[in-house]
Amino acid sequence: MRVVKGRGFSRTVFFLTMGFLFLPLVVLIVYSFNSAKSMSWGGFSLVWYERLFLKERNVWKAFENSLIIAVSSAAVATCLGTLGAIGVNWYKFRFKKYVQAVAFLPLIMPEIIIGVSLLIFFAGIQMKLGLLTIFIAHTSFNLPFVFLMVLARLDEFDYSIIEASRDLGATERQTLFKVILPVSVPGIVSGFLTAVTLSLEDFVITFFVSGPGSTTLPLYVYSMIRFGVSPVINSLSVVLIAGTVLITLLARNFLKYIAQK
Amino acid sequence: MLHFSPPFAIIPPVPSRPATIGGKRNELKGSDVSIEGVSKSFGTFTALRDVSMVIRKGEFYSLLGPSGCGKTTLLRIIAGFDDPDGGEVSLDGTSVLNLPPNERHVNTVFQNYALFPHLTVFENVAFPLRLKKTPNATVRSRVGDYLELVQLSSHAEKMPAQLSGGQKQRVAVARALINEPSVLLLDEPLSALDAKLRQHMLIELDAIHDKIGITFIYVTHDQQEALSVSDRIAVMNAGQVLQIGTPHEIYESPATGFVAAFIGETNMFEGTVESVEGTMVAVDVTGLGRILVTEDEPPAPGSKASVVVRPEKIRIDTERPAPAKRTDINFLEGSVDEPIYSGSSTKYYVRHQSGTMLKVIKQHANWSDEGPEIEWKDKVYLSWSADDAYLLGAS
Repeated sequence: MRVVKGRGFSRTVFFLTMGFLFLPLVVLIVYSFNSAKSMSWGGFSLVWYERLFLKERNVWKAFENSLIIAVSSAAVATCLGTLGAIGVNWYKFRFKKYVQAVAFLPLIMPEIIIGVSLLIFFAGIQMKLGLLTIFIAHTSFNLPFVFLMVLARLDEFDYSIIEASRDLGATERQTLFKVILPVSVPGIVSGFLTAVTLSLEDFVITFFVSGPGSTTLPLYVYSMIRFGVSPVINSLSVVLIAGTVLITLLARNFLKYIAQK
Repeated sequence: MLHFSPPFAIIPPVPSRPATIGGKRNELKGSDVSIEGVSKSFGTFTALRDVSMVIRKGEFYSLLGPSGCGKTTLLRIIAGFDDPDGGEVSLDGTSVLNLPPNERHVNTVFQNYALFPHLTVFENVAFPLRLKKTPNATVRSRVGDYLELVQLSSHAEKMPAQLSGGQKQRVAVARALINEPSVLLLDEPLSALDAKLRQHMLIELDAIHDKIGITFIYVTHDQQEALSVSDRIAVMNAGQVLQIGTPHEIYESPATGFVAAFIGETNMFEGTVESVEGTMVAVDVTGLGRILVTEDEPPAPGSKASVVVRPEKIRIDTERPAPAKRTDINFLEGSVDEPIYSGSSTKYYVRHQSGTMLKVIKQHANWSDEGPEIEWKDKVYLSWSADDAYLLGAS
């Protein structure tokens, strides 16, 4: 980093912020390789990873549930949210202002209220709690995020580039694949990834609408912690962090790739 | 399908202008564009009403008019973005109306540039070549040539967002030219630039036109732009063509009051033709009295007519000028209501005793000029030659 005189204060703030953000993660990663069960250091070991991968069947079952729900609800929310954003951006209709305002509501509403209201709703229509109700709940709270992210992208979309593309010799098909998609896909992909993340990590809403056999990863981790912090959770967290970093890098490269294509 | 081929005899030759760069002007390329009775309406709004014109090969042709006059609609019809309700558009005598935009040998420079935000400058310009799967080496050399033409060689790897307005404009021009179209359409290409840059880009566009020699159709609402670069101008208003002519014709002998008022500033007085002697017409203007105008085809005495005179044709003095020997000079007296200083000249609003306002523009003095500064409320004497005014029929 370039050191500029008179920037001492901002550098201090920068390092404090980074420390505050990442120190807990560093501690967690270090302790996942601890051979002792307690907080004292007992030497380097992969015992907790072994346990995680070979013994903890339930973790993987819960992870599978989480993935299924995250990907499916994010996919549905992305489709609906993108269509909604396109509709709001392209067409003029009565109550358009209100539709946009209402879309913000789930973002400011406390999760616990959404959770309780969904629970009452499902009870009211006598729907059995399980993966399906979690999927519905996640789709509904993901929808406004995708909608708003894609809408923000569409607001910047310059429609004259479509005409420019046709004018320069592109057919409608070529225009779709070489201009419209590359310009709008980054917004849609980032909406999708946000939805996946939100769904994977959601605890409060899921807690209300889950039923027997539909435990997701956050619910399972919570139930494990009730009986004391197991170092397996540390190793699980490291695996998740690694996975997230990997996906983020892949997504970045993917976006770069379509941008150049 | 109607094939319109222009009867060549009635079309005067393209006025030649000296080349701005290089020694001699290149051979004219491009296409003749003919527009025959084109109409277009959007709902109840009529954008174009029976518009016809013939744009000649290699011409720098401007469509000039206020916003909403239909000039951009006409351009979009030529480009293929809109279909006319009726009429015919043809390039070199062949109708293009059934062709989609990508099959017309016409390219457009858009008002907002319409650069592809996800592509570099180089790839923006290369876009048409990439569509045709041109080999890489050819792409590199062609794009290099065109970036050099618009002086952007050093910015090839930048993204559009990193460019200034003028640079984006150049990319748009290079991108539109790389397909070697026979007609380049420019839709108010300079309207987003500041005044100084606009002047500069205008000169550059003119130079590019001279170098490439294809037909340019230039849409603008700025009469100054149109006057300074065009070979010919079509003045439009409310979906109709009012006049087609060289910049000189449009300015010096406008066909209608609208054209006179739109192109530059003007004084217009309504009156009744009093008498006609040869080409000298005396018009009785309400308030101002008898005004002399020369007119090649004088109207009949008693008919209504408007006298038009440009503000810069009127001489303004603080002292009564010596009685002229010429009989064709109009004299009026008035007082300065408001001087508007604008650098190289000053515009005076002069109030005649009848209350009629006249606009007068006086170029600022050089060493050979004398006379006191003209101030607010000064009594002034106005004079102009009958030759410098013209008559418009009652409208």
